[in-house]
Amino acid sequence: MEKPTRTGLVLKGLALVIVVGLVAYPLLGVIGTSFASQSDIIRSNGLVLWPDHPNLDAYRTAFTGGRVTRALFVSIGVTTLGTACSLLATIGMAYGLSRRGIVGGRFILMTALFTMLFNAGVIPNFLLVKELGLYNTFAALVLPTMVSAFNLVVMRAFFMNLPEELYDAAKVDGAGDFRTLIQVVLPLSKAVVAVVGLFYAVAYWNAYFNALLYLGDNDKWPLPMVLRTFILQGQALDSGAVGEAVAPQQAVQMAVLVIAVVPILLVYPFLQRYFTKGVLTGAVKG
Amino acid sequence: MTVPAPPTVPAPPSAVPRTTFWQRLRRDKVMLLLCLPGFLYFVVFHYVPLLGYMVAFQDYQPYLGYLHSAWTGLANFSAAFADPDFWSATGNTLTIALVQLILFFPVPIGLALLLNSIVSDKLRRFVQSVVYLPHFIGWVIIVSIFQQILGGAGVVPDLLESLGLPRYDMMTDPDAFPLLLALQVMWKDAGWGTIIILAALLSVDRGLYEAAAMDGAGRTRRFWHVTLPGLSPVLVLLLILNLGNILTVGFEQILLQRDAVGPGSGEVLDTYVYFHGIKDNQWGTAAAVGLVKAVIGTVLVIGANKFAHRLGHEGVYRGADR
Repeated sequence: MEKPTRTGLVLKGLALVIVVGLVAYPLLGVIGTSFASQSDIIRSNGLVLWPDHPNLDAYRTAFTGGRVTRALFVSIGVTTLGTACSLLATIGMAYGLSRRGIVGGRFILMTALFTMLFNAGVIPNFLLVKELGLYNTFAALVLPTMVSAFNLVVMRAFFMNLPEELYDAAKVDGAGDFRTLIQVVLPLSKAVVAVVGLFYAVAYWNAYFNALLYLGDNDKWPLPMVLRTFILQGQALDSGAVGEAVAPQQAVQMAVLVIAVVPILLVYPFLQRYFTKGVLTGAVKG
Repeated sequence: MTVPAPPTVPAPPSAVPRTTFWQRLRRDKVMLLLCLPGFLYFVVFHYVPLLGYMVAFQDYQPYLGYLHSAWTGLANFSAAFADPDFWSATGNTLTIALVQLILFFPVPIGLALLLNSIVSDKLRRFVQSVVYLPHFIGWVIIVSIFQQILGGAGVVPDLLESLGLPRYDMMTDPDAFPLLLALQVMWKDAGWGTIIILAALLSVDRGLYEAAAMDGAGRTRRFWHVTLPGLSPVLVLLLILNLGNILTVGFEQILLQRDAVGPGSGEVLDTYVYFHGIKDNQWGTAAAVGLVKAVIGTVLVIGANKFAHRLGHEGVYRGADR
């Protein structure tokens, strides 16, 4: 390859800075604003990158009244339990379908894959959840979206790519199918379990539509629903907070956003290196 | 512990005529049991609801249930087709989808080319981790952030004012709604979308570049004659699959912002179904619209898949044919 031209380099550098900036600026601005004081916010037109007098008032206000705290616990609970259920079902099904010649395996696989092509839609799903007695229960946040055909394909492809000799060796050593899964396959599949687990966890963590549809009871709302009413619809967070040393409204809003993003930022660096592989096994033959 | 499979069973079972169905069932019972929870999930939450589309042919009353509500034939469908809101929602859906396709589609391609051209491994990985990140941020958060920047009291209107221009709030402008949605999708998924394209770029034969350079092809010519032809199978596929999904535009994203711009330009087919059915209790009409949308959508997706394969690009998308 020949050396790139100087203008080419400069343009490329500029483009990179702009791209990174467009992503980073809003996120850093949200974090900065959550620590800002009223004067900071007025001076910098809304988003504060570097507060002059950083303080935790916004977080204190966000956690008084219990609404955010409760929603946070709901979100953590639903995400943890939901991800566990989703992973168990997906691993079982992917493993069960990973070997050729299983009786009815093709039928079961097609049943799952076919759901990638159609979507039953809001009304029938809503009626089903009501008929099953799941309305207003936390199970309604998990069960209707428990397994994704896409994640199933990713995991099955990974299991199928493990060397055949491993299965043979396990069989020779007298391990049954279940034992092979637990002691041979899963220890080798940490990467795919991590990626698929992350995809599920993120979906549960961010989901508000199921809550909007199936939870009549505000007390059961997960965090995104509280964000929606508090930030986008401008409802007060909690009447109990009036009269205390209240942080600026904007800072409190940003603090709640930060609370909702932090868990993702915490796991992201650990899982990031597996993404490409996971996505490509699912979508592209590689 | 479970009973291990009898060692006498040979490995390729398809070639074994002597094992009966029941023997195979016995042999595979652990594998089938492991499949069971997932299988039940798909049946209960994806296939059983299809029966719920009965409602589209009924005057459904929740207290009467499916069995006792009156059948009305196709009345719900004619009611829906006579409703100007339905047509407006259809129009909005198509407009939003097309604007998104035109504006969003090229962005991951450009970004992937940019990423691909970074020689330093460390720098490239850093940029990648930054641009992938928004994919994991939920719509509620993204819309909130946009509100903070483009909304009435946000950064951009303030900036415009300080430049002596009129304040402009894009979040509440019905005419700019499709553009706004496209911008948000770009922010969220442009980086993520590069993954597939980067993979396609990696598979372009290095030798072709060298040969082209030997023949005196400059940077631009190599792009047009090597890179683009190398990418085109994937691009064509992505385009076709996108067209297959044209009736499905971001439901969650739009639901969050529909009220700010009003149903005139913010109502799409999905939100129409939601508001008419669940908010206004017009179950029959909403289900009818949902059914029409689902049927057309499924036909489009299957057609797109078929078409993609017809073009001879083998197996890039596995959804339908495996």
